[in-house]
Amino acid sequence: MAKQLIKGNEAIVKGAVLAGCRYFFGYPITPASEIAEAAAYYMPQVGGTFLQAESEIASINMVYGAASGGIRVMTASSSPGISLKMEGISYAAGSELPLVLVDIMRGGPGLGNIAPEQSDYNQIVKGGGHGNYKLLVLAPASAQEMCDFTMLAFDLADRYRNPVCVLADGFIGQMMEPVDFPPPVEKLADKPWALHCDADDEKRLISSIELEPERLEAHNRKLQAKYAEIEKAEIRCETYKTDDAELVVIGYGVISRILQSVVDRLRQDGYRIGMLRPITLWPFPRPQIEKLLDHVQKILVVELSNGQMVDDVRLTVKDRIPIHFYNRMGGVVPSPEEIIEQVIKLFEA
Amino acid sequence: MAEKVLKRADSFYPIFERKGGPTPDVTHYCPGCGHGVLHKLIAETIDDFGIRDRTILISPVGCSVFAYYYFRTGNIQSAHGRAPAVATGIKRVFPQSIVISYQGDGDLAAIGTNNILQAANRGEKITVFFVNNAIYGMTGGQMAPTTLIGQKTTTSPMGRKPGNEGFPIRMSELIATLHAPIYVERVALTDAKNSTRVRKAVRKALQNQIDNKGFSFVEVLSVCPSGWKMTPVQAKEWLTQEMIKAFPLGVYKDISDEIEAQPAKGNVFSVQGLREQLNLPEEKVAPATPVNKTATPEKYRNPRLKMAGFGGQGILMLGLGIAQAGMDAGYEVSWIPSYGPEMRGGTANCHVNLSTERIGSPLVTRPTVLIAMNLPSLEKFVDEVVPGGLIITDASLVTQPPARKDLEHLSIPATQIADELGNTRVANMVILGAYIAYTQILDQETVFASLPHFIKQKSLIGLNIQAIKKGIESISSQIKN
Repeated sequence: MAKQLIKGNEAIVKGAVLAGCRYFFGYPITPASEIAEAAAYYMPQVGGTFLQAESEIASINMVYGAASGGIRVMTASSSPGISLKMEGISYAAGSELPLVLVDIMRGGPGLGNIAPEQSDYNQIVKGGGHGNYKLLVLAPASAQEMCDFTMLAFDLADRYRNPVCVLADGFIGQMMEPVDFPPPVEKLADKPWALHCDADDEKRLISSIELEPERLEAHNRKLQAKYAEIEKAEIRCETYKTDDAELVVIGYGVISRILQSVVDRLRQDGYRIGMLRPITLWPFPRPQIEKLLDHVQKILVVELSNGQMVDDVRLTVKDRIPIHFYNRMGGVVPSPEEIIEQVIKLFEA
Repeated sequence: MAEKVLKRADSFYPIFERKGGPTPDVTHYCPGCGHGVLHKLIAETIDDFGIRDRTILISPVGCSVFAYYYFRTGNIQSAHGRAPAVATGIKRVFPQSIVISYQGDGDLAAIGTNNILQAANRGEKITVFFVNNAIYGMTGGQMAPTTLIGQKTTTSPMGRKPGNEGFPIRMSELIATLHAPIYVERVALTDAKNSTRVRKAVRKALQNQIDNKGFSFVEVLSVCPSGWKMTPVQAKEWLTQEMIKAFPLGVYKDISDEIEAQPAKGNVFSVQGLREQLNLPEEKVAPATPVNKTATPEKYRNPRLKMAGFGGQGILMLGLGIAQAGMDAGYEVSWIPSYGPEMRGGTANCHVNLSTERIGSPLVTRPTVLIAMNLPSLEKFVDEVVPGGLIITDASLVTQPPARKDLEHLSIPATQIADELGNTRVANMVILGAYIAYTQILDQETVFASLPHFIKQKSLIGLNIQAIKKGIESISSQIKN
């Protein structure tokens, strides 16, 4: 198939349409606005709906309403906008509505800036909304993955009746790379639980409320069982030159691209270094990290945050081998050279 | 008493199984509450119009949070204040459905005011029933946005004071000022005469949606004996004597007769013509022409390029051209514009990678090739270039060679050549020609063929080709081997 040189943010929309999504409810915010703009351009052409809502709060609730109808629907925003959507995300998780949420992370806290950060890890992966819920979280690192993971997100959302987040950063969104667009999903699966606008709707209810504590506990137990199933089946992770590595660097999104350069250059100089890149941030690739521990002596986690994902690495490794952390914040992206310096120090220590 | 009447409508569940508990045959509403009566009027209208199969009711947060216990329709329970947004979502999916947003005063007139105003302003083809009882009933009688001046509630124990809490908000009046709504009326559940008005309003608001005409809004003044701490009889009296003064009854807007009825059609899912609609390239069977890696001298292979200049010099376009042609030639490529903090300072720059291997960092921090279209760009980035790297400058704007002696320097009078061609703006393409000819990284045919992908104005392609050719010529004498 022929490739197209395209921005990551636009690849998300084309991927979504190819996945059968015909509904987009959004609100503009830099650096995610290209997603809304592309959706505004393409959705009407493919017989779909684009609506710019009055706020992020409204847009996630429009998505909630649309998802109740069993179709594929999405929204996209960036960090401060995602904070506003959190209530709706919790409701969707409680009501078990499949939907796709894209977060193109920017600098925070507060208004911060529009440069790339990875400081939404906690609010997306650990749950920024209330209640015992989980989002499946996919972290693309290329324009191709912006398309592929958006498509995958719709499949996972439907399979588990759960919101799925594509968590990317400003760089992956703004970058242009060749994308090979797969054929479209031609028919969407029927969702018996969803409203069909027919006589059987009297048996259907989309709701997250359960007054009786015992019944709400049962609902929570059911959700937790679903999450356990997801943890068993849906971990995705890439390892790069880790087989004989003494030191492994861990990072996701744009950082994993920089870490690949770090590994390639240090390998040329004879350093036994590899990279692990979590693709699903939840479920987190704990078994894959566990596997490294039989030969890896040190770990360096690199993030564009104050150290959010590193907590999950620590939970996995505990104190069996040293875990080092290097970060930049505020929109500063480290150069490969800067990280190489850190790594060499660790090799020499 | 009211409960028995409730079950008569076919649009109520015969038994309220979702409610459960020891009394699944009666509603959860307090004695004398207006919700039960309004529910009944709505259910009977749904019966009469034969629209139960396609009706979807949005239950809000408030006393009617459990409306889905009773209405034998499609049901969605929504977050506080968001029912109009949820209604918008499902209505857009099923334009043929009858969507009812049933909301109380806290829900609609406080936390969700923006959502109702915006849904009204968009003219969503939904029906809104707004129950105004001037109090937060569900949570135990706190002040509502519609609480009257002086009215005592648990959060206005001395009575509502305008100086602190403002005035009761009049939603019907507010919504009637908007262009899109077609029908706005305030009615009251008091005596038999007013109840007839309520029934008529309910019917009209639903008929409007059946006819697919637009947004209809019915505000229903209703009693809350528990919240008001009154008997049902006292409550009715207070509503009649006090509430109606603050919230006058009447039709605030009605243009429904001016709009023609037109049955709504359901959405159809189709993938026909999708690739074309998405502007995707046709599916090719043969892969791109493989790169002839050996044609490029080794030191110019797999370049990491940074290019910079003034805004308007076509820097991003230059990068895009190299990336597009590189991709067409079968390379892995990446292109990233100056973004975030780098945008400050008035110089545009972009980073491009061309590689026969998978590309790591898309950010070019140590370029092997620097294209500097002006002096500030050269000064800013020259130190980043790897030893032995290539620097290309526009001789028309950069008159001095770089201070570093460990670099290869190519000076092209790009702006001058572009001016001779009659358009300064193609200086970037002169540079592109010089770069590909000097390094032999790409052949000119591939570059020419790639131009339509990033030059939107087709009439300019010829000029761009000329510029690239001039760039190639400008250094042809310098090309080794």
